Amino acid sequence: MDLLEYQGKQLFARHGIPVPDGRPARTVDEAVSAAKEVGFPCAVKAQVKIGGRGKAGGIKIASDEDEAREHADAILGMDIKGFTVHEIWIEGASTIEAEYYASIVFDRGAKAPLIMLSTQGGMDIEEVADSNPDAIATLHVDPLLGFQDFHGRKLCFAAGVDADLVRPIGAFLHQLYGTFVAEEAVLVEVNPLIVTPERGVAALDAKVTLDDNALFRHPDNANLRDPSDEDPQEQMAKERGLTFVKLDGDIGILGNGAGLVMSTLDVVAQYGGAPANFLDAGGGSKAEAITSAVEVILSNDSVKAVLFNIFGGITRCDEVANGLIEAFKQLNPSVPFVVRLDGTNDVEGRKILAEASLPNVHTAATMDEAAQKVVELAKGEAA
Amino acid sequence: MAVLIDNDTKLVVSGITGREGTFHALNNKRYGTNVVAGVTPGKAGQDVEGIPVFNTFGDAVKETGANVAMVFVPPRFAADSILEAADAEIPLVVAITEGIPAHDELRVYTHLQRTGTRLVGPNCPGILSPGKANVGIIPASFFKEGNVGVVSRSGTLTYQIGNTLAQAGFGNSSIVGIGGDPVPGSSFIDIIELFQADDQTELIVLSGEIGGDAEERAAEYIAEHVTKPVVAYIAGFTAPEGKTMGHAGAIVSGSKGTAAAKAEALESKGVRVGRTPTQVAEIAVEILGG
Repeated sequence: MDLLEYQGKQLFARHGIPVPDGRPARTVDEAVSAAKEVGFPCAVKAQVKIGGRGKAGGIKIASDEDEAREHADAILGMDIKGFTVHEIWIEGASTIEAEYYASIVFDRGAKAPLIMLSTQGGMDIEEVADSNPDAIATLHVDPLLGFQDFHGRKLCFAAGVDADLVRPIGAFLHQLYGTFVAEEAVLVEVNPLIVTPERGVAALDAKVTLDDNALFRHPDNANLRDPSDEDPQEQMAKERGLTFVKLDGDIGILGNGAGLVMSTLDVVAQYGGAPANFLDAGGGSKAEAITSAVEVILSNDSVKAVLFNIFGGITRCDEVANGLIEAFKQLNPSVPFVVRLDGTNDVEGRKILAEASLPNVHTAATMDEAAQKVVELAKGEAA
Repeated sequence: MAVLIDNDTKLVVSGITGREGTFHALNNKRYGTNVVAGVTPGKAGQDVEGIPVFNTFGDAVKETGANVAMVFVPPRFAADSILEAADAEIPLVVAITEGIPAHDELRVYTHLQRTGTRLVGPNCPGILSPGKANVGIIPASFFKEGNVGVVSRSGTLTYQIGNTLAQAGFGNSSIVGIGGDPVPGSSFIDIIELFQADDQTELIVLSGEIGGDAEERAAEYIAEHVTKPVVAYIAGFTAPEGKTMGHAGAIVSGSKGTAAAKAEALESKGVRVGRTPTQVAEIAVEILGG
């Protein structure tokens, strides 16, 4: 789960990381009173889960109440790369002497947290990585040993941090690692990490991604999800406990198991079709789950045909067939379906389907045949 | 031979008294796997259709000589169960559980590297050595004994590939599901190394997907160390950037982890990559003869 900047900063503050004083606001009036509380000048910042806010005009400095109102009014509701701004964050403007970069990621290759520190913060770090990789100091931390103070010093010296800042930056990294572990994040990134004229440090931005699988241990964090910025169809699928990703095409896809569904999307594309979604009905899919999955798929008006690709292991094909029949009863779909059933109880499943003789349901013996057929049907080339 | 599990496997199942645990332990037993014990804290002395239950992995090992553990407990208890099995010095742990927190997986992985216990999974369908033993949830009836070793990040995709191979006339030495999480206990490389050393295996099939760089690393390893033919399949050519496709580990981030990049890395090292499961079987026929 990705957090908004201010949610990340609130987590940081809980772990002792210095952040500027700020308030969230959802209306212009809230923004003005927040600005009066933090004092002028203050920054008015769009809260969206995408980079490049500044360039898009989503961050402005207000020097008085009128300007705060004007900026809040302009930024709220703004569209930034497809994300609508529902919330803004007002914080006291900082005096910046230097901008650094710090992050901790889950390094899958090394199977360890990777800390990165650079004195060239404030800009796109990928650009720095490309043009001057030596400007980014990196270090892996043993997950069982945890962060040691020498790790901080080592990184600071490698990154070329001024001697008088080694202690505060080292302490900052230690707290950042503490946040990463305690909150079970898979990414924490601070860009810029600012140096003030008093030679102190603070996190001026926060990018935090939490591990969804660990939210059961962090009930407060689980409440941070903002359903208003999720696609309504994805939200509907989530409420029904389905693994679903919306795509741009017109062929609805349902399968069991993430790998098989991904493979189905590819095979459909190879036959010239465009999948409308990824939907993994999961292992052991019962009839009920199939019915609600069909409902989710058909809630997208652009769907012109639907492909069921099931290879039963735990999932039983007779259950899938019964679920499909139930879905037809409830939803009476007008688009054609192609069904491929293989695996556990496939003979029973195919028999159930044949006896039900649902209108506009075609069967296929293999994944390839099913993909080819559904593409033809979506294009209106087959009856 | 086969890899990891065979006729000498003595399986102990944690979570055996749970609904899923009972079902799959008995299913594995019916297949012929020697299921010697179960572990559920507080239920020692009970049995599940003749399989004795113990309080701890340590007791189970002492009483039965169990040498493979299967972990079938819910995500919040799974890391602890894996560590307990390692503490009992069981050399191989197969973790089926899906949804274990990433930080748990990281700590478990790091610890197991030091103790020498091998972990397969989590979030995997398990291991099947046809005709010998089945540990996990792979529907064994679709597979027969043969000379193709399969290693895969995905369960149902393995069934699809195994099925098309079977239709082309091939059987399997072993099928190993390493799981779709970001920190799997065993990598493609770990399993390919076993297949390379296994007499029964004449062809290795690698079934990968988007996310991470495990396939790219495998490509390097194959070029350096593998003399047997390898055929690969990669799922997710059409996956959009930034979306997690079902598996916690399956996500394209920026230019990294795409199916195209993985296929290219493998092909540049001489590994043939099938664009569909059917093509994988066709390539297998070309290599081994129909």
